[in-house]
Amino acid sequence: MRTNQRFAMLLTLVICPSLLFGAATVNGKVAYTGTPAKAKTIDMSKEPTCAKQHTTPVTTESVVTGPNNVLANVVVYISAGAPDESSAPSQAVTFTQKGCQYIPHVLAMRTGQELKVVNDDQTSHNIHPLAKVNHEWNKSQPPGTPPLSEKFDKEEFIPVKCNVHPWMHGYFAVLKTSHYAISGDDGSFTLPNLPPGKYTLTAWQEDYGTQTQDVTISGNETKTVDFSFKAKPY
Amino acid sequence: MKIASKRLITSLALAVVIAVPSLAQEAHVGNMTGHAASGKKLYRRFCVGCHGPLGDGNGENAQWIDPKPRDFTAATFKCRSTPTGTLPTDEDLYNSVARGFTNSNMPHWDALTDQMRMDLVAYIKTFSPRWQAEKAGDPIKISPEPAVTLQSIAHGAELFQKMECWKCHGQQGRGDGPSAATLTDSKDNPIRPYNFAAGGDDSRFKCGVTNQDVYRIFMTGVDGTPMPSFADVIQPNDAWDLVHYLRTLQTSRHSKENDILKASGGKIPTKAPDTNSPAQPENKGSGGN
Repeated sequence: MRTNQRFAMLLTLVICPSLLFGAATVNGKVAYTGTPAKAKTIDMSKEPTCAKQHTTPVTTESVVTGPNNVLANVVVYISAGAPDESSAPSQAVTFTQKGCQYIPHVLAMRTGQELKVVNDDQTSHNIHPLAKVNHEWNKSQPPGTPPLSEKFDKEEFIPVKCNVHPWMHGYFAVLKTSHYAISGDDGSFTLPNLPPGKYTLTAWQEDYGTQTQDVTISGNETKTVDFSFKAKPY
Repeated sequence: MKIASKRLITSLALAVVIAVPSLAQEAHVGNMTGHAASGKKLYRRFCVGCHGPLGDGNGENAQWIDPKPRDFTAATFKCRSTPTGTLPTDEDLYNSVARGFTNSNMPHWDALTDQMRMDLVAYIKTFSPRWQAEKAGDPIKISPEPAVTLQSIAHGAELFQKMECWKCHGQQGRGDGPSAATLTDSKDNPIRPYNFAAGGDDSRFKCGVTNQDVYRIFMTGVDGTPMPSFADVIQPNDAWDLVHYLRTLQTSRHSKENDILKASGGKIPTKAPDTNSPAQPENKGSGGN
């Protein structure tokens, strides 16, 4: 009997993926109040192969703002209430080192999803994720070597750095859900394909921490949830 | 009443089951077995002053010490035979306790018996749940060392450029490369790249003295520090060439490598770059400032 029930459940999931992925959408904007610290100019003169790739001054990316007091690079994800997802997407996410910068600065991925690390520069980088929940590792990637393939098994926001080029900082946002988005230059984000339910939304900014909001959605409606962070002036 | 006492027994039994795994932790090297319960007593006597009662490296002496005592709760270890990001083998930890760490306050524990060191390793493994959840990594394979030749040293010198070791270690390996001044360990404490030229015949690496140890250090990386693993990007034979070249940076140390280099007039031949290796970096020579 029990096996039958399980089988039925499995069948429902296979036939009807809307249990995992629905038609509702949550979108919104991430803004800030107050005055954020000014981005600092990065001096890359010690790495001429990178310096010459930039025609305009490169600045730090720990807080990226846009017009009308919006914040980019904020990870917004469903931290509670999301349906369980068994396996990570088979497609890899890519983290590129170019011009001695990380592209993207914040890379979100699922637990267990393949992460490809690419070196597009003519210099050696070392990729050093300072994981605490997952495992810290540190690998050298000289120019012209193939992409590294890695994965992280546990949910964590992991700072990444290159020790050779101390200005290089980034983040891996490893999440248990695939319902995540990163706010764009206009501060906006969209979480599509949500099944009806009651969710907790979390927004994470590397310097400003996290904020959460609850939202209940039904049917195929679109709901707007905005976030606002208090900027740190230093 | 009966039910209450039954519950008590159950919960007591449960408490024992939960508490025991840590002190039942064992460590194995060869036919030796270390026991955490015995190691705990030794730890409280010999290690607690620096590594602290919680094993987090915050012992009462820690504030005066640089580099800082290891935080065993993170289970990140510098000297491993295993790939970066994996747990070391019991033997790696055992060797670390026995050897101590040069240029740090960690002495070699020659005064302890083999069994005592073994027991300490078992106890150290109780500070992080990682030791319950996973196994040590598979030690990296080290191919037999080929003969030291001038060609081998010369090829190692090319790799030193190609892998940009000089960015931190400097062109002469004196630990004074362009990135040296900004380096920090994973706890944000300043850290210096190894100075190959320091010391004479007594010069040691943090993780050992043999050529195999040198091979292992750059292939596994020194976890918790800026020194990355090169296991994915250096082929085994190339790695031996790099080892031979690194030995020549230890200018005051007697070695086969230095003898061979001296016999050829002290100059490393630069051969025409072969088609497989990229051109020498343009900014060669800027590493010494």
